[in-house]
Amino acid sequence: MAQSHHPNYKKIYVTLLVLLVISVAGPFVGIKWITLIAAFGVAVVKADLVIQNFMHLKWERRIVKFALASSLLLMFLLFAGVAPDVMRHTGHNWVNDAALAATARGIAPPHGAGEAAAGEAGAAAGAHSNGDGGAGTDGDTAAAPGGAGSGAGQPDTLRR
Amino acid sequence: MSRPIATTRSATGIPTGRLAVWWVLASEVVIFGGLLASYLLHRLGHPEWANAAAVTNVWIGAFNTFVLLSSSFTAVLAHRAAEHGDGRRAARFLLMTIGGAATFIGVKTFEWYHEIVEGYTITSNGFWSFYYTAAGLHALHVIAGAVIMAFVARDAARGRELQRVEYVGIYWHFVDVVWIFLFPLLYIAK
Repeated sequence: MAQSHHPNYKKIYVTLLVLLVISVAGPFVGIKWITLIAAFGVAVVKADLVIQNFMHLKWERRIVKFALASSLLLMFLLFAGVAPDVMRHTGHNWVNDAALAATARGIAPPHGAGEAAAGEAGAAAGAHSNGDGGAGTDGDTAAAPGGAGSGAGQPDTLRR
Repeated sequence: MSRPIATTRSATGIPTGRLAVWWVLASEVVIFGGLLASYLLHRLGHPEWANAAAVTNVWIGAFNTFVLLSSSFTAVLAHRAAEHGDGRRAARFLLMTIGGAATFIGVKTFEWYHEIVEGYTITSNGFWSFYYTAAGLHALHVIAGAVIMAFVARDAARGRELQRVEYVGIYWHFVDVVWIFLFPLLYIAK
């Protein structure tokens, strides 16, 4: 507490609230990349404002920045190390049957979507997962359970 | 009066108490970072989760973001008051921060109650497992922060251990930062 730095907190707070409005408004534009930037780009800016000014990391000793940076690095290491196994469901010598089946089975849309449209939306969910399987490396493996899933009609993993 | 060694010794140029808080946060980054990274990996690998994510209420999430941002604001005002030696004022701002924590938990309870009643539970599917685990772990941190702030505020009001106002504030802002990332991950990306 020796050196005291106090920026204009009110200004930072108001900026944070404006950024919050932007991240909520983003999806209403209906363009995917705007939604993503409004959601995650703005989140990074908000977090940075809080960390630098409220947590006073801006004026903190370098050792703290190193400690935080190395734990963040561990997080990215985890992400990079596990990504090939989790984000893909098939590889050269392996197939993740459970993940493929889950993707093919799909998830029923929320109740709010309307009961009448449920069947139609269910089929759409099936088609969606098929499309995704096709985009993967092994179209055949992915398409088979997908077809079975949508053929069975109402894929419903949520209890009502 | 003799003071505990942690508040007086400073090998790094940082008060040891504050350094300890930073170490806690560095390990918290690994805990929450690992959880959020796993969620992101699964979410990208399972496009069908979008249907489950569509259930979450963006307005409730946005309101709770507003509550946490405001509580961070009062926490930093408490820090400034403590640095000016005004313990009573610092305690008042800390109580307002605790009020924010209570509001957050109240809203969360309302939200979870309705989701669980509608049948969306931690075992429904992968999305809901992550949803309840991540938001639940975060809520536990909110509760812990509120309890610690109550102790710090009690001392601060009597003009004691004012440096702790800053330490608990740093922790509280971290809890805010975690929510800043949870909000788009669970509520906006659909």
